Amino acid sequence: MAATGATSAVDTAAEDRRWLVRALVSRIVLYGFLALTAAFFALPMAWLVLAPFEAHPTLVAGLTDPTLQNFKAMFDNPSVRGSLLNSILLALGTMAVVVASAALAAYALSRARVPGRDVILYILLLFSSVVTGSAAMVPIFLLAYDLHIINTLTGVALVLAGGLLPAAIFILKDFMDSTPASYEESARVFGASPFQILRHIVLPLVRPGLAVIAVWTIVTVWGSFLTPFILLQDPSQQPAAVEIYSFYSAGGTANLRLISTFGLLYTIPVVIMYLVVQNRYGFRFYGGLKR
Amino acid sequence: MLLIGVFLAFPAVWTIYLGLTNFRLLGTAALHSRFVGGENYLNALTGGDFLHSLYITFIYVVFSAVIGQCVLGFTLAWVLRNWRGPIRRGLESLIIVAWIVPGSVVAFLWLAFLQGNIGPLVETGTLNTILGGIGINWWLELPMLSIVVFNIWRGTAFSMLLFGAGLQAIPPSYLETARVAGASTWQMMRDIVIPRSRGHILTNLLLISLWTFNDFTPFLLTGGGPGNQTQFLPVYIYQQAFQQGALGYGAAISTLVLVINLVVALFYMRILRERR
Repeated sequence: MAATGATSAVDTAAEDRRWLVRALVSRIVLYGFLALTAAFFALPMAWLVLAPFEAHPTLVAGLTDPTLQNFKAMFDNPSVRGSLLNSILLALGTMAVVVASAALAAYALSRARVPGRDVILYILLLFSSVVTGSAAMVPIFLLAYDLHIINTLTGVALVLAGGLLPAAIFILKDFMDSTPASYEESARVFGASPFQILRHIVLPLVRPGLAVIAVWTIVTVWGSFLTPFILLQDPSQQPAAVEIYSFYSAGGTANLRLISTFGLLYTIPVVIMYLVVQNRYGFRFYGGLKR
Repeated sequence: MLLIGVFLAFPAVWTIYLGLTNFRLLGTAALHSRFVGGENYLNALTGGDFLHSLYITFIYVVFSAVIGQCVLGFTLAWVLRNWRGPIRRGLESLIIVAWIVPGSVVAFLWLAFLQGNIGPLVETGTLNTILGGIGINWWLELPMLSIVVFNIWRGTAFSMLLFGAGLQAIPPSYLETARVAGASTWQMMRDIVIPRSRGHILTNLLLISLWTFNDFTPFLLTGGGPGNQTQFLPVYIYQQAFQQGALGYGAAISTLVLVINLVVALFYMRILRERR
């Protein structure tokens, strides 16, 4: 490396130049890669953002004749309103079941010494990742049929809750473990009942955890397609996920104005909820959003 | 005491209930196939359809999840690791949005983007318009490629986020030392980055392959077609059980898929524990 003599100075300059060229090339490759990636992810999305505001949308993303008429037409469509309402009911119902059961179960698993607790949790988690909606669709259908909860939103909510609970318990137990048990002990000394302790001490302490579970459940249920698709036969009960599919899978000319507006409106809530949670809790992935 | 009673009893009952349901789930499948003996399983394992379906599902998982999502996610996490500011945030948001938009909307977006083959969509999509006169009907002519690309688009966010967290756990001084010692990027990858994020890589592989293996979105995109070229296992189960009405046969395939899921999960967990 040490430079001695007249020729080595020339060598160093040449090496510097080579280094510069290589750095430049790698920069160009890097930016090219990022630009390509951005295009790859943005282009399919462009249609969803532009078409709802287009007076006569085609399948090509573009905005030539902006309008808000499509939204008015969509809100006048009774099946759109009905399915959005179904989605809201389904999401909130499932959320209530999951949050209530997961809070109780996680509290018990976190505080009480249950023999083989970790094994139970481990097996539950394993089951929830292995027994997925698509692998278990036939058994789930038959079970719901036998229990007479087929064709009801309650049934769909229970099935979805069953799939989400193990992961929810797991996450909440982490939150519970990190809160000190001494608060509860002193409350018990002062004669608080178990439910008072739960309501006034434990739940406020783990509120962020509950919020995470709630939002995660809502987002997952909002997008879930297969379970309602199998369990609900009556079109008036379908949530938006299934309804929008029937708009483009049914015969006849697809109503692009309706599909695009409906799709955008249906997508916005999950994106907003995700952003809110990510900003407030820095919660990036506890997995499962896709399931 | 009451406290423990109440809150012990509840999860205990709940666990028993879950155990019961799972038992019954599998029990129903077993019951249905018992009427005909092991015929359903035999049919599935010897008939060509199931094996074909298993084979293309395997291809789908390997190319779109294990290779596509994992490699692209890792590359993005690596390239963006030291970046701050709007470019990184914009790109990350784009990728994450692709991941969280509900499946039935995303499916239509891709049908439109690549010019769909489903009934009413006979116009030209965005991609063919950009490419100019080539006019390939992607979903008809290259269904497998289209669906693999779709799934890479859909799922890369998870790998990117997970690897991003994994790379942050590597002390920067290691990489600086290696750089000063004259190590190439490839050498740093091989000797520092990959060994140190082995846990992240395996977790990621486990989750994305299970998700992709059980993904039902292909049904929304192609319905298994054209022919049976994209008839992945979940689609095959649905068609057999609900469109053909062969619930027993569908249940038998379901059970096989559950077993495969279990084997894959246990396999990865085994490796994960050994490497730790």
